[in-house]
Amino acid sequence: MDAPLRIVIAKPGLDGHDRGAKVVARILRDSGHEVIYTGLRRTPEQIVRICTDEDAQVLGLSSLSGAHGYLFPRVCELLRELGLTDIIVFGGGIIPEDDRDEMYSSGIRAIFGPGSTSEQMKDFLNEIIRRSTEGKSDGVGSDSDWRWGSR
Amino acid sequence: MGSAQTQIGAGEAGDRMPTLESLCSQAAAGERLALAKLLTAVERGEDLAELIPVREHSVDAWKVLGVTGAPGVGKSCLVDRLVKAWVDAGGKVAILAIDPSSPVSGGALLGDRMRMSSVDEGQDVYLRSIATRNLPGGLPARIDGMLDALVSAGFSHIIVETVGAGQSEVRIIAVADRILLVEGPARGDVIQAEKAGVMELADLIAVNKSDLEGAEKAAEEIRMSMQLSEVDDGAPVILCSAHTGDGISELVEALDNLPNARGAASARARERLLAAWTESLLLHPGWGDALKSVESGEVTVREVIRDLLGHED
Repeated sequence: MDAPLRIVIAKPGLDGHDRGAKVVARILRDSGHEVIYTGLRRTPEQIVRICTDEDAQVLGLSSLSGAHGYLFPRVCELLRELGLTDIIVFGGGIIPEDDRDEMYSSGIRAIFGPGSTSEQMKDFLNEIIRRSTEGKSDGVGSDSDWRWGSR
Repeated sequence: MGSAQTQIGAGEAGDRMPTLESLCSQAAAGERLALAKLLTAVERGEDLAELIPVREHSVDAWKVLGVTGAPGVGKSCLVDRLVKAWVDAGGKVAILAIDPSSPVSGGALLGDRMRMSSVDEGQDVYLRSIATRNLPGGLPARIDGMLDALVSAGFSHIIVETVGAGQSEVRIIAVADRILLVEGPARGDVIQAEKAGVMELADLIAVNKSDLEGAEKAAEEIRMSMQLSEVDDGAPVILCSAHTGDGISELVEALDNLPNARGAASARARERLLAAWTESLLLHPGWGDALKSVESGEVTVREVIRDLLGHED
């Protein structure tokens, strides 16, 4: 791993559960990436602004409050509106199986629920880097229907 | 090159990647994404010298304030207060917040944002988190170029927040016009030791956490050690609390009216030279191989230095 990705890990909405987000941030740091943690209770607008200012390449959204159904698609929509179409977005937390298709179709490329391993997250990042070198775009503005694990 | 960033989305997006020139003009017009991409380009090693003016270090009015101090004294929270005060007064404020890279993985956890709620809203404030990428002195080599970019984008106040720095880490003076040293209570006789080093170069010393016991005593001890200086009167010491807001307006006023930079010109020149030297070493084509051969024990550090210096001729 010779080149760090810049990854924003964000906690959208009124949700104080950040253990998972912090563990993920740590895993990504230990994989050699530069991770910007937003802190708790950020609005979708603030998260998109942070991604803009930090020139992030990847965004991870963590939600355990049940509000992912609004917050995740809203963040993706704002990213597209502001032209941050290349950012690759993944999600984590408590995202029920029944909600996942909707998340994926809003632009989320991977979802890591309870029990996910650090190996899986590293595999996801390696996969998006590999696909990018092949010229495939998995950004939130791309109409690709690729998702991690769907190979 | 080790400090290059992996390109994601370089496929279709790569074709419409804007030129550095257009990024510069868009950044000057206030486009945040263009500014962010410009800083990324500088961090990756692009040289903007032909596109934007190179900033001159100012001993009169300052633009770049270095904020340094030991880990945990409250630098980020204090910076948050300063940002708010300057934005409220009509300023345009940028912050480069530096955190350490892991010497093992090369990754970094950049967490300064979470303590600075004032930076996530409004057009007049911009924060960029930067990893040291393991440069000595805790300052990324490219920070000078990033500061040039921010000045040309119209920022009136630029704050460089260092990693929690020890007494001898004075590289900040290579890039900052003024130095604010943040101290806290209960740092004990560390204060004595710090008389040599960054305390001599600080233009202002803020003793934060004045709401806690021992802050007043710490401020008094620093004032007393300053009085022993035979060179000048020493930096002013201001007691404040980022938590309660006490003393913040005094701190802002003192910063707004700082006289000429106090730090010795020789120290500034020395650190500038060392920073530039480190940067050219890291950009040397033989650097990557040199690192590997030292790691494997094939050659000694002395031999590597001799070879690298030989290349320069």
